[in-house]
Amino acid sequence: MSTTTTEIQDGIDKHATHDDHHHGPEKGLMRWVKTTNHKDIGTLYIWFAFTMLLIGGAMAMYIRAELFQPGMQFFDPQFFNQMTTLHGLIMVFGAIMPAFVGLANWQIPLMIGAKDMALPRMNNWSFWILPFAGAMLLSTLFMEGGGPAFGWTFYAPLSTTFAPDSTDFFIFAIHMLGFSSIMGAINVIATIMNMRAPDMKLMDMPLFVWTWFITAFLLIAAMPVLAGAVTMMLTDRNFGTSFFDAAGGGDPVMFQHIFWFFGHPEVYIMILPAFGIVSQIIPTFARKPLFGYSSMVYATASIALLSFVVWGHHMFLAGMPIGGQLYFMYATILISVPTGVKVFNWITTMWRGSLSFETPMLWAVAFVILFTIGGFSGLMLGIAPADIQYQDTYFVVAHFHYVLVTGALFSIIAAVFYWLPKWCGNMYNEKLAKIHFWWAIISVNILFFPQHFLGLAGMPRRIPDYSLQFADFNMISSIGGFAFGASFILLTYIIVDCIRNGKPVKEARVWESAKGLEWTVATPAPYHTFDTPPSKKQILAESSHIHLEGEH
Amino acid sequence: MLDKRFSTHLSFISHLKRNLSLTKTILLSLILTPQLAQAEYGLNLPEGVTSISRDIYSLHMLIFWVCVGIAILVFGVMIWSMIFHRKSRGAVASNFHESTAVELVWTLVPLAVLIAIAFPATKVLIDLENTEKADMTVKITGYQWKWQYEYLDEGVSFFSNLDKASRDATRNVTEREKHPNYLLDVDNRLVLPTGKRIRFLMTSNDVIHSWWVRELGVKQDANPGFINDSWAKIDKVGVYRGQCTELCGKDHGFMPIVVEAKSEADYKIWIVEQKAAQKAAAAGDKEWSKDELMAQGQKVYSGSCASCHGVTGQGIPGVFPAITNSPIASGDIKTHINIVLHGKAGSAMQAFGKQLSDSDLAAVITYERNALGNSAGDIVQPSTIKSAR
Repeated sequence: MSTTTTEIQDGIDKHATHDDHHHGPEKGLMRWVKTTNHKDIGTLYIWFAFTMLLIGGAMAMYIRAELFQPGMQFFDPQFFNQMTTLHGLIMVFGAIMPAFVGLANWQIPLMIGAKDMALPRMNNWSFWILPFAGAMLLSTLFMEGGGPAFGWTFYAPLSTTFAPDSTDFFIFAIHMLGFSSIMGAINVIATIMNMRAPDMKLMDMPLFVWTWFITAFLLIAAMPVLAGAVTMMLTDRNFGTSFFDAAGGGDPVMFQHIFWFFGHPEVYIMILPAFGIVSQIIPTFARKPLFGYSSMVYATASIALLSFVVWGHHMFLAGMPIGGQLYFMYATILISVPTGVKVFNWITTMWRGSLSFETPMLWAVAFVILFTIGGFSGLMLGIAPADIQYQDTYFVVAHFHYVLVTGALFSIIAAVFYWLPKWCGNMYNEKLAKIHFWWAIISVNILFFPQHFLGLAGMPRRIPDYSLQFADFNMISSIGGFAFGASFILLTYIIVDCIRNGKPVKEARVWESAKGLEWTVATPAPYHTFDTPPSKKQILAESSHIHLEGEH
Repeated sequence: MLDKRFSTHLSFISHLKRNLSLTKTILLSLILTPQLAQAEYGLNLPEGVTSISRDIYSLHMLIFWVCVGIAILVFGVMIWSMIFHRKSRGAVASNFHESTAVELVWTLVPLAVLIAIAFPATKVLIDLENTEKADMTVKITGYQWKWQYEYLDEGVSFFSNLDKASRDATRNVTEREKHPNYLLDVDNRLVLPTGKRIRFLMTSNDVIHSWWVRELGVKQDANPGFINDSWAKIDKVGVYRGQCTELCGKDHGFMPIVVEAKSEADYKIWIVEQKAAQKAAAAGDKEWSKDELMAQGQKVYSGSCASCHGVTGQGIPGVFPAITNSPIASGDIKTHINIVLHGKAGSAMQAFGKQLSDSDLAAVITYERNALGNSAGDIVQPSTIKSAR
């Protein structure tokens, strides 16, 4: 035993010495398979998310093509249902969440002056689960009976008794995605708690770090609930239990309670890091410290806490007693208070600043406006009696695409443009990026805005064909959809072009008025950063929100 | 009151009424179709024809205008700042970054606005959840992919499927353009009286469905094994259309709802007709020829079976079994009758004994055994079905 311990100790010592040499990454494919470097893993996450975004986007293109005009155009309704289901699952679990984890991997250590993530090997593992889970999820499409066709919310009993055989693979894929998320979240918390530069207090942390810190707790609390839901589905399907089967004493509505107890915090898992990103970008291009830093932190925490007690607003029509409906309505509309505080803080940060509109700022401003529109429809949906007319219509589809596409996704695009020069050392083509921005922003509104009208005019969601009175707005929406889809070809070009042929950036501080420790390391960021933690003075000087006494 | 004059006059009046309403419908549809179609082409919720739908509409407009007000304020400040506080215009950044007073204001003011909205919302919610003191009750059961309506006080019940014209038009543009209510029409409408407080009970036979008619302000999930309720008191005679709004499988988009609100007198006539028709259907006991059975069977098959088992009987592998060469449709006839009558628990195969008449069942079973690539050769008579029930 003692020899073994010594050997391990030797190994650790050798490893430590090895690290001190700091020769760069391994060469070839094995660099990416074996890497424990937060920057490499961040890159892997972001490329994975981008790939899944394109796959999920292709499914959306099919959906919009089918809905371009009335009638069944291409495949049968069963296939349409598989597409809406997988589109939702892939965008949520494959694109948005991994993209945020990728940003966390790249940025959190750089922003808190840490050498790496706290648990680098687990970091590698939590990434490498993802491609397998994603592949398994997609493989269901090629199985007999097709893939999951019950919506991304997979309500029982449609997803249990009435589902195709491939559902068991779907369940396993969800389990794996959950493992990955939980490990990623543990890593974020461990890193922020333990790896912060010794002189950085919690209230010195940039908001992106703060929002991710809170998001990680949401993930740890919510993902096991989802795992519980799919496990109950698994036993209902295969082992004769009846959690969700009324014939055996179960309750299909209980599934919805469990699902949304996960599902509502999940919504905030996908938006809190976005709040963090926008809170980094706006001060940079307003050349002014973030307004109300501490209120931003408290608002984020309040939103996170409230997110666990409002799940019932997804179920107003499931047969909820009036007391339940009233409670969930009050709790839900209450969330708009801290959310409003955030929006007001961003706008006040811009007020009397010295604004310039480089691409990241354009996306951040678009985020604030369009996310707020999504927030308005959210407030309307929160009013329980009015929800009778909105629930499960295109009004809901419009609402959650405003918060998830023009909200979460736009913040990710903003973040990529903001930090890409730091990551790869090259500047993107500003002119093309601006063309892309205007193209995307116009088309995305043509895509989603008419869907509000469709919902109010009576079009239910998740239908492959519709009555003639919905034809015009569907066609407009589809045209917007194709244009928005095509904008990602240009985005791919801009990013690849930046990495390969972009003009090298020499300054460490890529944006002249950006604050933050990530701007103190060389550009491109070296493979290993912050061997010596930043000093107290440096931390305070780089804080985008607190100004030292007497500094003006 | 029409209902006081009884049987002898009744059939005449009903005849007259029907003719009148038919003529009226044809005339109206000839003159008004373009305008009606335009009126339906909406940007907003309709006010509807019940007190609840109007309350919801007012609430909807109230929140909408509150949101518009906030939007003008918030976006106004933002756009002002984006225009006048630009670096390119020489704007110099200020350095203010905190104010507890301001934070308090924009926490408390929105809170006050929310409380102001919560009052009317609570009132409407309490009203619409009160399903007591109903004049009549209709039980609505969702099936994959049709609705069953049961008039609990009258003993009348029937199924309501997507109409044949819509079904035929899903892959046919010209048919579609001829159909003003494509996908919003059914074979049997839910007929309801105006001026009566109607209680709806929603449940489901298989998966979760949701019953929605906008003009009535009613949307409620239909859960298998549980009953939800809702109510409406319709003010205006007319036809109101809706759809299933909870994803319920393959043909979720193809199970519309049509409510026809009649005056109380017309409604009573209709109910009497329904009772008579159900009695007549139960009485039919004649022998059918194979050709008759096959012809009728094909109609029933395309209406009740083809959405799962496919128009040609191929089904969808792994989801819905094929009829062609199936051991049931080419094997023992008793097993075949049994599964059609009683369904298969825990699958989309429903108990069609509850939905179809003896003659339709006999016809469709005969058809399945002698068409779609099968040739069992035997036929089923309605009397066999009757004794097998």
